[in-house]
Amino acid sequence: MKLDDLINHSGEWLKGTGPHANIVMSSRVRLARNLKNVSFPNRATKKTLVQVLENMQRASGEAPYFKGSTIFRMNELDNIDKQFLVERHLMSHEHAANVEGKALIVNSEEILSVMVNEEDHLRIQVMQSGFDLHETWRIISSIDDSLSQKLDFAYSKDWGYLTACPTNTGSAMRGSVMLHLPALVMTKQINKVLTAIAKLSFASRGFYGEGTQARGNFYQISNQVSLGHSEEDIIQNINGLIRQVIEQEEQARQALVMQNKPMLQDKIFRSLGILKSSYIISSQETVELLSMVRLGIDLGLVNDVDLRAVNELLIMIQPAHLQKLEGKKLTASARDIKRASLIRQKLGGQ
Amino acid sequence: MKCDLCNKKATVHLTEIVDGQMSEMHLCEECAREKSAHMEQQFGLADLLAGLSDFGKKVKEEETEPLICPECGTTYEDFKKFGRLGCSACYDAFHDNLTVLLKKIHGSNQHLGKAPIGFKDVPAKSKPKASGKAPVAAGPVTIEDLKGKLHQAIVDENFELAAELRDKIRDLEEQEKKK
Repeated sequence: MKLDDLINHSGEWLKGTGPHANIVMSSRVRLARNLKNVSFPNRATKKTLVQVLENMQRASGEAPYFKGSTIFRMNELDNIDKQFLVERHLMSHEHAANVEGKALIVNSEEILSVMVNEEDHLRIQVMQSGFDLHETWRIISSIDDSLSQKLDFAYSKDWGYLTACPTNTGSAMRGSVMLHLPALVMTKQINKVLTAIAKLSFASRGFYGEGTQARGNFYQISNQVSLGHSEEDIIQNINGLIRQVIEQEEQARQALVMQNKPMLQDKIFRSLGILKSSYIISSQETVELLSMVRLGIDLGLVNDVDLRAVNELLIMIQPAHLQKLEGKKLTASARDIKRASLIRQKLGGQ
Repeated sequence: MKCDLCNKKATVHLTEIVDGQMSEMHLCEECAREKSAHMEQQFGLADLLAGLSDFGKKVKEEETEPLICPECGTTYEDFKKFGRLGCSACYDAFHDNLTVLLKKIHGSNQHLGKAPIGFKDVPAKSKPKASGKAPVAAGPVTIEDLKGKLHQAIVDENFELAAELRDKIRDLEEQEKKK
């Protein structure tokens, strides 16, 4: 698989299926792993980083889910290609910078991706559509077990998996879910919910990753603490919390319908109308309008667009994706035109 | 007094120490708010870790030798500055400080999750393990013994015991002075 092939299909995690897919867009688990007695990437020589990648390639040969996977070496990619992989949620912004010795392994369905030599030697990530952290954990744990038979991971009985940053030490696991919470935002309850989440030591950030503002009512919630709790316990805690958030969002959606259905219909269909008939549109406006359409699909108001199309558009309307689609560099204003054209085509507009 | 940045009345007076150089600023409420927002943005993970990791340092004030990892050469100062350890051996080299730091970050310093396939349960080779509550030993004790126990009591967040130990250390130190 070449990088350019990725543009023609979308990740499995975007398909809009799975439990509570109307509210939970995706579930993700990532594990950090390092090799014993090998300097962490921030202290390693180029030779060491190359060896880590070679060892990882050998080990992944027999591991589950790696069949048909592709390795992208960061020093062989241009800036748009790297940005393209970041936009697909396959790797971090940090991985795209200081490319020496860094690589990304991605399987064909984009369920699995492994950043090699980011902050830790391995950052393994598994993503699934909908709310299913247990299944996501089961998959990533089987991959981890298989790799641990070939690679000697840095591990201590007392402190678990040893990572470059002590905030990840222990299970070295982050479980996260991407939530779409338009009704909690519209009913002005979102701050209350986010404050409660922070008090329980969970982190919340926007759709476009660490350090980004929540846009279009999308929030990513993840655990902060990784030492002193088993992985299953952490997942169970996130699940408990998320179930409550889902319930509150569902209640808020019903309340909005009961209180003022015409206002809601107006907002949703105006959003769809703009998306279907714009010729110039910014990414900020697109995300906000797509959020309304997504809500309309869940409430049974919008029938000619499905969740998958909305989820895919959230990824495809980003700058590097538009430029890959066009096959050349585009200025910001040219991207706004390309974006509008892509949306019209995808939603069957003018 | 006028604000250093605009001409309004200065109501906030800031003293900054950067690389040992002290500077004073006099700001109005509005400019002070902007400056503090800017400072918050600059306050990253490394600063946060440095703040937390200093906590471990205070209970080990007698230590003068710089802590350095024999495997990768990372010093504890490097770690405080950048917030990243250099290799898995750093966890042994900075064991005592990290025991405190991990507890601060995670509220625990005992892993309860999975282990790599085939991992053999080898007891930690060098350092004594955290062993729950530190008992107050009977018989003659040295200040050093008590400081070690005080350290452990703080790690365990057993502040009642810590206060008791602190008073004992103070008493012993005063007795020694009188000698």
